[in-house]
Amino acid sequence: MDRHLLNELEQFLGKDCVLSRPEDLLLYEYDGSVEVARPQCIVFPRTAADVVRIVGLANRYKIPIVGRGAGTGLSGGALAREGGIIVSFARMNQILEIDTENQRAVVQPGVVNSDLNAAVASAGLHFAPDPSSQKACTIGGNVSENAGGPHTLAYGVTTNHILGLEMVMPTGELVRIGGKAVDARGYDLCGLFVGSEGTLALVTEVTVRLTRLPEAVKTLLAIYDRVDGATETVVEITARGITPAACEMLDGWTLRAVEAWVHAGFPLDSAAVLLIEVDGLREAVEQHAKDISEVCKMHGAREVRVARDAAERDLLWKGRKNAFGAVGRLSPTYYVQDGVIPRTKLPQTLREIDRIGKENGFEIGNIFHAGDGNLHPIILFDAREPKQFERAVSTADAIIRFCIEMGGAITGEHGVGMEKDRLMPLLFTEADLALMRRVRDAFNPAGLLNPGKIFPTGKGCGEVRIRPMPQRGSGVGAPRVGGDHA
Amino acid sequence: MSTPAKTMPSRAVEIVGATNFTDDPARLTAYEVDGVRPGAAARPGTADEVAELVKLAVAEKLAVIPTGARTKLGIGMPPARYDLAIDMTRLDRVISYDPGDLTLSVEAGIPLAKLAATLAEHKQFLPLAVPFYERATIGGTLANGVDSPLRQMYGTARDFVLGMEFVTGDGALAKSGGRVVKNVSGYDLHKLMLGAIGSLGVMTRVNFKTFPLAAETRGWLAGFARAEEAFAFANSIRKSPLAPQTLEIFDGPAAALLGSTLPIGRTEWSVAISVAGNERVLERSAGDLQNMSSNANAVAFGALDAAAALELCAAIREFPALTANKFTDCAIAKVTTLPSQMDELAQRLRRIAANSSLPFAILARGAGIIYFAVLPTERDAPAIARCMKEIFAATADNQCATIPWCPLELKREMNIWGKAREDFPLMQRVKRAFDPHGIFAPGRFVGGL
Repeated sequence: MDRHLLNELEQFLGKDCVLSRPEDLLLYEYDGSVEVARPQCIVFPRTAADVVRIVGLANRYKIPIVGRGAGTGLSGGALAREGGIIVSFARMNQILEIDTENQRAVVQPGVVNSDLNAAVASAGLHFAPDPSSQKACTIGGNVSENAGGPHTLAYGVTTNHILGLEMVMPTGELVRIGGKAVDARGYDLCGLFVGSEGTLALVTEVTVRLTRLPEAVKTLLAIYDRVDGATETVVEITARGITPAACEMLDGWTLRAVEAWVHAGFPLDSAAVLLIEVDGLREAVEQHAKDISEVCKMHGAREVRVARDAAERDLLWKGRKNAFGAVGRLSPTYYVQDGVIPRTKLPQTLREIDRIGKENGFEIGNIFHAGDGNLHPIILFDAREPKQFERAVSTADAIIRFCIEMGGAITGEHGVGMEKDRLMPLLFTEADLALMRRVRDAFNPAGLLNPGKIFPTGKGCGEVRIRPMPQRGSGVGAPRVGGDHA
Repeated sequence: MSTPAKTMPSRAVEIVGATNFTDDPARLTAYEVDGVRPGAAARPGTADEVAELVKLAVAEKLAVIPTGARTKLGIGMPPARYDLAIDMTRLDRVISYDPGDLTLSVEAGIPLAKLAATLAEHKQFLPLAVPFYERATIGGTLANGVDSPLRQMYGTARDFVLGMEFVTGDGALAKSGGRVVKNVSGYDLHKLMLGAIGSLGVMTRVNFKTFPLAAETRGWLAGFARAEEAFAFANSIRKSPLAPQTLEIFDGPAAALLGSTLPIGRTEWSVAISVAGNERVLERSAGDLQNMSSNANAVAFGALDAAAALELCAAIREFPALTANKFTDCAIAKVTTLPSQMDELAQRLRRIAANSSLPFAILARGAGIIYFAVLPTERDAPAIARCMKEIFAATADNQCATIPWCPLELKREMNIWGKAREDFPLMQRVKRAFDPHGIFAPGRFVGGL
């Protein structure tokens, strides 16, 4: 890396805010995905003005810049695919304002999701998006990826909870869009920038909507001897117009992996469980829990347990949210897919995933947001065998192709990043992509901000990119406590 | 009025057929926007025909305004140029509807009422209770960004539009989003189309998340002598565990415009609430609301059965239409603010109107929106403009004032969108990316976009 650039960065940020030793760079070459890319340096701005200067330097030296929160992303969004400067927001982690009266908060992008939740809980509020990585992931990262989570079924994803942003544009301007009030004047820029995967701007401040915590919560565990029973239950709950706060499914393979580690109380001999939560007004919750139990039993649930207290409820959720950590105990490397399908297609899709797995010699585990049709098939592979990794990727692709055939999408909440860029043409025409590129270029004209993401790089669709061999201990796909996956 | 180039009519006729094209001035009056009559109107039957028309417009440098039921074309500044109306009403089909998945894909020209009937067969609906509901189309509703009292519970279109197909300013048919309820594949470009009054492209297809109709709905009205009490009551509901579908606050003149016979008699201020749910939820809501209203010094409190609640919701929905029916020269400003500031803002607006000796009415939504209607008994655009300019000047940084409904004369006195903000250069870049030749509705949107 250019020594002059490093000197200039160190000069205004201070030496403790710039990392460039090889051992430091190693720590930033991966995120929660199976992708790897090494930056040339990492900087830690403390203010928006710092970010403006960093962007100015990047433009002058014509070097890529990539924003990064906690690095828990699952599609390589925070990796420096083409090298360059990683802008870590770890030190911009202040909650600037909590307005309980209006249910708003203004935060810096590096604030950890669960820290914001802890700060507003006493006022009876929460920030609704709850990715499983919420103990580590940041609000800035949530904004970039339009993060989801189990409870987005009823509450909506990140974009539904963002009212305003302060951003540094790739061209160097510091701009505010939206605000604390609703319906800002002009185009819905927040709607565009949230979920743009760090390719349009670096977010330096976020105004979020807070949601009232429900008065009552009931968590149900429905236990099935047949996977079809569980998926058919989800279809019917949706069709009946009951919207639970969350509706998660774990298949037998996954729940046994989880149970061995978390001891959440999942029955080891079952084929699938549904973890369903209803919340809201006491009177509504009771009715919904009753209706849901009925549907579960109608579709062959052998038992429907209701969590008796908060402790039991927390345990069930611990099992769900730490599932990927549990899977990591079985295999050091695994590939999690993130497809979406219409809910009515759940039973046949799960059967097809099973078939695709068998055809390719993989046992595929399923743990996912069943209520919104957001699948997360898990494919275990041995990274020491490059052929196996290749086959895992092509198996995952086959699943995605089936999702698209069903009328679905290539990613529900993990993002496109550098993982699925090559799959974008399966969903979008050249005209669609051309317009998206024009929008990107309108804001990121030199292409220095987070290059190599979202858009296909021109290689033929479906071609499997051979990635660098994941190294043991490098953390690639390895279990991390708290679980990094939604 | 500008005249399209000579090669235009024949090519347009080729695209849509002679029966779906007109350049007869008499018939074109129906397509006028702020008194500007287009040179021609075409009614395409497919998205591809829309794309062909836009390509023709690019080639002939024609300014285009897409139209639906033409109920809200008055929203925006007068067009700088307007040559071709693309009438979308033939694109009125349901493309796919998966009631079990609660998802829907429709052509943009479909009327809301027609769609509602289809959804009702499956006990579902779209929470778009917008003005001119009986005639309005999906495309017009989304393009004009008009909000709905149901936003209290369901949010606005940006919260339940899943994807969209549209024709951009280079005549390309493009799409974003998808048909599934959760999706982060690619940029959410469709969000930019919402409320852009057709300045970025022509919507051809929209995908929605639908919602189940509740088993039962009930409404309540509370009457107050003072504004601060009414807003305090609304705020206490917002902070309670109750989940109302609608939460609207209005003054006496607005109640008169809404015209319904309110069961609580006329009060200075009223708060209308509706709740959907089972019998026990409704009972609980009734009790809690009554308690909260008496804590806020309500002078009256009464329940509305499902039919009456629906009727009141419909009247609130039609507030701009009802107001314009009685006061031809009325102007309605929309001012957004923080919910806690609504009371103070309402008082400020009232003082401004009172100083101008203009009669007014206020309808506010719990989410932090005030519709402030100035009701002149005689045509006096300069006076209304003075009042509105003062309102614009009096709004704070975190508030946003626009004038969605007003007579053309007012637009000659002032810009109804207010001042563009620091994010305007970003909007210009969006406009250029979508509409590189500047053919869509030039001059009508914020900052002349």
